[in-house]
Amino acid sequence: MRARVFVTLKRGILDVQGTAVKRALEGLGFTEVKDLRMGKVLEVELELQDAARARSRLEEMCQKLLANPVMEEFSVEIVDNGTRPTLPERARGD
Amino acid sequence: MKFGVVVFPGTWSDCDFHYVISELLRQPVEYVWHRSPDLSEFDCMILPGGFSYGDYLRAGAIAGRSPVVEALPDFAARGGLVLGSCNGFQILCEAGILPGALMKNECLQYRCQSTHLLVENAETPFTRGTRPGQVLKMPISHGEGKYYCDRQTLRTLKERNQIVFRYCTESGDVTGEANPNGSLENIAGIINDEGTVLGLMPHPERAAEGAMGVTDGLLIFHSLLGGLVEAGSFLKR
Repeated sequence: MRARVFVTLKRGILDVQGTAVKRALEGLGFTEVKDLRMGKVLEVELELQDAARARSRLEEMCQKLLANPVMEEFSVEIVDNGTRPTLPERARGD
Repeated sequence: MKFGVVVFPGTWSDCDFHYVISELLRQPVEYVWHRSPDLSEFDCMILPGGFSYGDYLRAGAIAGRSPVVEALPDFAARGGLVLGSCNGFQILCEAGILPGALMKNECLQYRCQSTHLLVENAETPFTRGTRPGQVLKMPISHGEGKYYCDRQTLRTLKERNQIVFRYCTESGDVTGEANPNGSLENIAGIINDEGTVLGLMPHPERAAEGAMGVTDGLLIFHSLLGGLVEAGSFLKR
């Protein structure tokens, strides 16, 4: 089972890195960027078959370590259950 | 009467603290490896600055879940004192031992400079040798020192007098210009509700003898020792 965990700063908390990147994009002419927030993506491979169980374990991981609830929020996405192509292959366009 | 200086992979201020305690204060001190959960022989644990576990994931995140840090709440409940400086402060927040979090500096720069700190609470074991309103000079050296907490936590910190240090000007004014990292209300150091765990971003161990250019950091150590001398030991053994 493969999953992705997205960790971002809570809305309303100033994202200084995102703001700096947005400004750099503006400098390159991408003036249409209205807002940009940076975060982390964690690609996790689990020895689990059940998607609901995987989701619940990943949420537990986020609460205990992967995200800091003081400043961050997270979301979990089950990418595949082992039957579809893996991430690197899809990234290559295979 | 013994200090323990915790060492994580990536800690860098451990030797500085050890030097100040052993050579300048002439007190017993030992390094404590991060895997050790046994703190029974110590009175005061120091979490020094550095980049524990490379600060991967978030500053202090992985260290905040290590055996030695998991042993700290029990240690503090028995009367032990904990001082976390810089990465140590980040670790204490990550472990949930202190409220709030340390975020990337608002200026996005790593700040290595001298700062002035206003003593807000001089009634802690760490500041009893200072007076309220006193201005201390100590260096900072960090990229993630912007203190943040939610409104409710901030209210509680104020009500319970848990804000110990704020960044200020040389004359003691708490201004935006004196705030090196964008910390909420210039907060530089806080203490837990029980008054046993202090976290601060500045480095008292780097302001401890004439050769370092400034000695105000010694006031924190002297405060600690004053309590030790009076009580013999903090721990209710």
